[in-house]
Amino acid sequence: MSLKGAAAIIGIGELKPSKEPPPEATALGMMADAAAEAIADAGLEKNDIDGLLCGMAFADPGMLYPASVAEVMGISPRMLNQVDIGGATPTGMVWRAAASIQAGMCNAVLCVTGDLNKTGDQRPSVISVQREFEAPYGNIGANCGYAMIANRHIYEYGTTPAQMAKVAVDQRRNALKNPLATFNDRPLTIDDVLNSRMIVDPLHLYEIVSPCSGGAAVVVASPDIARRAKHPPVWLLGAGEYSNHATITYAPSLTDSPVRIAAGAAFKMAGVAHKDIDLVCPYDCYTITVIVTLEDAGFCKKGQGGPFVAEHDLSYAGDFPCNTHGGQLSFGQPGLAGGMSHATEAARQLMGRGGERQVSNARLAYVNGNGGIMSEQASLILERRG
Amino acid sequence: MSEYAKPLPKPTPTSRPFWEAARRHELSIQRCARCQAYIYYPRERCPNCFSNQLNWERVSGRGKVYSYTVVRRAASRSFADQPYVLAIVELDERVRMTTNIVADPKDVKVGMPVAVYFDDVTPEHTLVKFKPLAG
Repeated sequence: MSLKGAAAIIGIGELKPSKEPPPEATALGMMADAAAEAIADAGLEKNDIDGLLCGMAFADPGMLYPASVAEVMGISPRMLNQVDIGGATPTGMVWRAAASIQAGMCNAVLCVTGDLNKTGDQRPSVISVQREFEAPYGNIGANCGYAMIANRHIYEYGTTPAQMAKVAVDQRRNALKNPLATFNDRPLTIDDVLNSRMIVDPLHLYEIVSPCSGGAAVVVASPDIARRAKHPPVWLLGAGEYSNHATITYAPSLTDSPVRIAAGAAFKMAGVAHKDIDLVCPYDCYTITVIVTLEDAGFCKKGQGGPFVAEHDLSYAGDFPCNTHGGQLSFGQPGLAGGMSHATEAARQLMGRGGERQVSNARLAYVNGNGGIMSEQASLILERRG
Repeated sequence: MSEYAKPLPKPTPTSRPFWEAARRHELSIQRCARCQAYIYYPRERCPNCFSNQLNWERVSGRGKVYSYTVVRRAASRSFADQPYVLAIVELDERVRMTTNIVADPKDVKVGMPVAVYFDDVTPEHTLVKFKPLAG
């Protein structure tokens, strides 16, 4: 039993992230707007949707979330659930949708995320053990954990600040061709990144995602529906998921992440080799995240992620197209919809709808979602056939 | 007179011995009676072998900085007053703790030896921090 070819992404919807949302915007409204776009893009009607996977908006949390999202949109699903694996939620949704379809529970699943960025004090983590053993020392928010990963990576492998900065620079080149990106008005240089304000050593401002408001959705459908879709279906070829910690302090390693097992499972299911992959969309909350992910997903040797990103052109026109939408670093991070941007971009590219940033002959993509502090990983391999 | 405004630990029945030891300026962590693993943070069952036969053991408080960061812009206003060193210390007993290194940030390095330092932040609360080991 495998999910290989069990379902396909047939529609995508994505709002342009905004630093300042319109005053009338709501988190549920962002989800509905993205959903409407994705359903229309799939060539379906709302009533064709019989499965719903959603993420919870930080701006509007609550219980009974999936039914509430469904009710707001007027959807009556045969399968509904909330996925709660942080930034890995959207990629985690895609394989869960395929599994539900394969199991015969439903045929067309709306996977939807959206949020409003409310500025203000970031609250300490909500689970009691994190309030007790992390918050008193100031281990609050995500920046600190990734900074400690970066410092350990530097210590173990000699990774340099300029190598990390290169990720932000190349992804910005991609964003310049993406009208939806938040930061697409000027290119970045490595010096720009290294001269930006130090936030948490060794991470500078331009190496850290910028929270936004927005929404994104995909429709995952059965092979029968996919074959009638408006755009070329983007088939799920492989998926893998893994987690081995919540707080990075208690992870087996700071530099050997759960991506290794998630990506390994996805490649094994897909039965494809790394050299066959045409573009990668690794979750990028920080520059170091991309370096560790590329290593653990097997695109280079452990510890060689720094030299790898320095030596390859990560742009849409380069020899290793990576986050061709700009990544979250340039696209912006509208809550969980930030993690959806990697899936929507891979689908867009494989459908041949990349516009000015289209990767030529893109047929196979590796996508990774990452939650928490490298805590939850969900990897996908997507394919365009025919 | 400034009140301590940062988050404080609220001990649970499981963790109370840890914080009570800290009040006495002793570092005490759990150890599994079955598999002998040291355990941090305190648990109801051993995360290694799942035994519920856990004992408290006083440990040396010596270790090394596994990694660290200097937080120059804190995510919480209560930490915004000045940069601080957030660290993961690996104890000689091979368990890791989230903590602070009480030192000039520019003197902190990955791999440096450290010793436990008990910071009595309020009359009721002692946090377990570390200082560079002299010499």
